Amino acid sequence: MSRFIPNRGDHFEKMFRVIGVEGISDLLQSIPIKYQIKEDLDLPDPVSELELQREFEGYADRNTGADKICFLGAGAYDHFIPAAVDHILLRSEFYTAYTPYQAEVSQGTLQAIFEYQSMIARLTGMEVANASMYDGASAAAEACLMAMRVTRRQRILIAGSLNPRWADVVRTYLKRDDFEINEIPFLEDGTLDLEIAAKLIEGGTAAILVQYPNYFGLIEDLQPVAELIHEHKGLLIVAADPVALPLLRSPGDAGADIVIGEGQSMGIPLSYGGPYIGFMSTRKKLARKMPGRIIGRTSDRADQDGYVLTLQTREQHIRREKATSNICSNQALMALANTVYLSLMGEKGFREVSNQCFQKSHYLQQKLLEIPGVSSIFADTPFFREFAVSFPVSSLEIHDRLMEKGFLAGLPIVELGEGVMLITVTEKRTKEEMDLYVKFASEICGRME
Amino acid sequence: MKTIFEMSSPDRIGSSLPLLDVPASSSVPPNLERSGKIGLPEVTEGQVMRHFVNLSTMNYHVDKGMYPLGSCTMKYNPKHFENLARLSGLSGIHPLVPEAMAAGTLEIMYKLEGFLCEITGFEGASLQPAAGAQGEFCGLMLIKSYLESIGEKHRNEVLMPDSAHGTNPATSTLADCVIIGVKSNEFGEVDPDDLREKAGPNTVAFMLTNPNTLGLFESRIEELTSIVHEAGGFNYMDGANMNALLGVARPGDMGFDVCHLNLHKTFATPHGGGGPGAGPVTCTAELAQFLPEPVVIQNEDGSYSLSKKQNSFGRLLAFYGNTGVLYKAFAYIRTLGAAGLREVTENALINANYLKARLEEYFDIPFNNGPCMHEFVLSGDRQAEKGVKTLDMAKRLLDYGFHAPTVYFPLIVHEAMMIEPTETEGLEDLDAFAEAMISISKECDEKPYLVTDAPVNTPVLRLNEVQAVKELCIVEPLDEEG
Repeated sequence: MSRFIPNRGDHFEKMFRVIGVEGISDLLQSIPIKYQIKEDLDLPDPVSELELQREFEGYADRNTGADKICFLGAGAYDHFIPAAVDHILLRSEFYTAYTPYQAEVSQGTLQAIFEYQSMIARLTGMEVANASMYDGASAAAEACLMAMRVTRRQRILIAGSLNPRWADVVRTYLKRDDFEINEIPFLEDGTLDLEIAAKLIEGGTAAILVQYPNYFGLIEDLQPVAELIHEHKGLLIVAADPVALPLLRSPGDAGADIVIGEGQSMGIPLSYGGPYIGFMSTRKKLARKMPGRIIGRTSDRADQDGYVLTLQTREQHIRREKATSNICSNQALMALANTVYLSLMGEKGFREVSNQCFQKSHYLQQKLLEIPGVSSIFADTPFFREFAVSFPVSSLEIHDRLMEKGFLAGLPIVELGEGVMLITVTEKRTKEEMDLYVKFASEICGRME
Repeated sequence: MKTIFEMSSPDRIGSSLPLLDVPASSSVPPNLERSGKIGLPEVTEGQVMRHFVNLSTMNYHVDKGMYPLGSCTMKYNPKHFENLARLSGLSGIHPLVPEAMAAGTLEIMYKLEGFLCEITGFEGASLQPAAGAQGEFCGLMLIKSYLESIGEKHRNEVLMPDSAHGTNPATSTLADCVIIGVKSNEFGEVDPDDLREKAGPNTVAFMLTNPNTLGLFESRIEELTSIVHEAGGFNYMDGANMNALLGVARPGDMGFDVCHLNLHKTFATPHGGGGPGAGPVTCTAELAQFLPEPVVIQNEDGSYSLSKKQNSFGRLLAFYGNTGVLYKAFAYIRTLGAAGLREVTENALINANYLKARLEEYFDIPFNNGPCMHEFVLSGDRQAEKGVKTLDMAKRLLDYGFHAPTVYFPLIVHEAMMIEPTETEGLEDLDAFAEAMISISKECDEKPYLVTDAPVNTPVLRLNEVQAVKELCIVEPLDEEG
């Protein structure tokens, strides 16, 4: 007998009487007999709460990568999360609620997401934002589809310096014969080759999708990209890292038309890749072309402020095959995590997170470059939190040796060279940890020479 | 309530970071630097807690009371599973660590794929889709990839009944297909003759929710799936209503080729106020070769790794799915086992049929020719004659302390109210809900204004949705800050 099911023998007797049947088999009569399962499913025997706790502690222990000193990023980042975030997420009122279709009993969720939309719009320098997408990569794909709807064009140019996993997702969502995706290569300094972009753009391009900072952590100057695509009446989609935005010129200010990104860095644990959250913001005139849910402020019959799901005629449950997207469930609780995180950090705290990532990553890069034979891949291009260096030895070797010391050293990118490693430094990393990284790396490089 | 922005005052802070322990010697080049403030609030930790806790009290939720939303399966969410997903070994693992260092998570994922295949009667699984709608997209992409591999790329029609969920047509459009509607017959089931007429050389798939959105099992399922197969198409099951079939019947046995599951419905993971959910897909071996990357495999030495199917159609998310949600669904299946899952479905069926029996005297129930499965659909037609709409009754239920059912869906029933109690409600809860519904039906006769004015016992009164669209305000304007 399950601890989640309240009804027992006496209850069933009464219920069957009211229904007017003898028992459960009468309720299954519409399932053809040949399809009714005769035997139990082949699943392991059930376990109690205590046994399950032990089983899960075993799984957690076997995840030996979880307690390492993390210099690994590439789309998921080990940032500090204040304890108060999870206290809010664990409120039954938030996490056991449904989508806020009944606005009068969902004001908590609705107002929190309204505040989330406001924060995302401000951070990205845009006028409006939606209530979330699945993750940054699927948000990028949805932004491309949106740009194609807006411009009625069917070609997208994506930066070659876009996170390759995101590029795969964009290609999957846009896998149609009448859609065209071209890649803009990057120059030796890691920034976009705008001369080639200018050629690829000819003849009707819906949008350019560029990552900011890009996959290698490099800070692209968005303005010339915006000017180029706008000359050709297309849109600029910027895949922005929210943690970089307190320091960097906002995509909106630089001319972006749609800004999307991954919100995991703002109060969401790594959790092996999910649940994360995609954000999307745009200009007011494009609000009605956005996919996903949108919360709006209105008033009730007594003229007091309240919040509702709005512009619902864009959505699948109303517009069906003509909807702006098929998205239904999104990542609402993760949007709440972002909102609480940004409230706790606040204007100054979030800027400090950003600044510490910036300063610490530069410190580590400079120290690594002092090791004989270590070089920067992209010369002096400005970067944020993440950078690529080339070791004089195999980056896989560096990675494995540092792992023995309790470090996740970064992501080896052998496509760019045998010694290349993409290294991330968040505000959580200390000078001591970075100095140790340099010490170990230098020992390995020295020994190999 | 005031927004968090209105509580802001300069120099308040709600967090603390260690002091910067390296020289602050680098700076962003001026042309790339942000100008001006962001506009984030400046508040203390205590103010943040108070703000969000006060907001939370304006929410209805499963831990407060019954949530009879049809096709949404709002069952109780076990507390233990929240703790399990938060074990630091599981929540603190980076998705790009070498596979051997994520062995525990990969083992859970591998086993969960197996469980879901066993439950649905299929051979292949992807845990990647983040929600049901993305699962649907995954399913159609599998089918389209297969069709392309056998030179049938020209096929572009998806058949679906007029009672389909809105995501089905929206997903078909995303997958570059056109929608062909199939009629329901007088029993509320798909009309096989109409399906036969519409299935043909352009059929990609037939998308069907079973039990359908009237809460009825498609009793001629064998005939339906055969018609589609004979036309060279595939059968896709929308698994939104899988709570009616656990341990009782399997889509894979009935001629379906692929289905998605909503872990946030059937497998008790919380809805989170609209997500995150998870929409894994299971399918036949024939379609499994096209599954999105990566899938989890077990190696000969018993270890687990991520692998890419040779003919994979691509990737749906940056990583592997909503892993934190997968942990909880896995915990649910481990807790219940085979007999426990069957007990879920049996109780879901008994509860739904009991409520239907208690309400049939007071409300019209179209297509009521016998027992329903896990949910049923009432029509508010009788009450509409008194000038009370289904929307009004839904709002009145809020006054009685219940959440409203799903309303105005499926589209084939006038003034529809779709009710799914789930198995985690007890007899006394069902009776209380039935009494509320009966009382409202009497109010419709005697004092209809009580219903049309509803709700009155909620944090806000009925909200003006037209104004929300007309005066579109979806972000707090920056200049109105306190």
